[in-house]
Amino acid sequence: MSQSIIQWFRFASPQSFYPLAGRMIPWFWAAAAAFGIAGLWISFFVAPTDAQQGEGYRIIFVHVPASWMSMFIYLVMAFWAGLGLALNTRVSAMMAQSLAPTGALMAALSLWTGALWGKPMWGAWWVWDARLTSELILFFLYLGFMALQAAIDDPRRADKAGAILALVGVVNIPIIYFSVKWWNTLHQGSTINLNKAPSMAQTMLWGMLLMALAFWMYSIAVSLMRVRAIILERERHTEWVKHAVE
Amino acid sequence: MQWNSVGEFFAMGGYAFYVWGSFGACLLLMIVEPLLARRRLSEVRQSLIRERLADELDLQQKSQ
Repeated sequence: MSQSIIQWFRFASPQSFYPLAGRMIPWFWAAAAAFGIAGLWISFFVAPTDAQQGEGYRIIFVHVPASWMSMFIYLVMAFWAGLGLALNTRVSAMMAQSLAPTGALMAALSLWTGALWGKPMWGAWWVWDARLTSELILFFLYLGFMALQAAIDDPRRADKAGAILALVGVVNIPIIYFSVKWWNTLHQGSTINLNKAPSMAQTMLWGMLLMALAFWMYSIAVSLMRVRAIILERERHTEWVKHAVE
Repeated sequence: MQWNSVGEFFAMGGYAFYVWGSFGACLLLMIVEPLLARRRLSEVRQSLIRERLADELDLQQKSQ
């Protein structure tokens, strides 16, 4: 095996990932803050008032990033859980466990900001529309994953059961993504489409992308913080953990 | 910039409750979650330190 592949496997051990994660966290916080400040500046001071929705449309700058992250984190979580299931690597299962609460938070924010946007624009906090319902299911999938892992005492068995749940739940992600195309929904179509020019002003687009980057960096930072706690909790009886805390 | 006064900015063209309710909830949860993660890490570290102190005391008593 080549040297570089061995290097990668080295970081798959909790012992070397723990300090590495600790060194990366401040950089991700700095990036989250920088993107967040730039994104908020554009959201409130650069992006113009919308012709139809007035100032109410500004909710888009948190609603869309939260919704994107809720779907993306689920894919990353399922990837790590699946990798842990296939290769029996400990850090990947811990990473999946660490991502779930942040994903649930993003799904909750997506639903909350969506309700606050829906009320003034549609006249309803909630409708049983395909997009909203599938996002609610995503929120429950995160909660189910966390509850299932917490309910099984043996961590390795909990990892396996959680991984299967996470992988089966992936089917929901394309359903959320394409729901606005497949069904007639009240929810508007996607704002950004790979096939055609974005249906929004350039400044609005930039604000949204910067906020999405801020949410992304935030998610990495906070899940690295949590994975460090999980590593210590689960490896507490090993020799290296005893020396890791001075 | 489209705001003529601070009051106008906070009023958000009549959508103050919805806009600030959305941004406020995001800010609140994104402050609380890292604090909880940090507390979880410091709790496990504290308990590991206590455990090691207990082990050391054990060893001292046995050697006496």
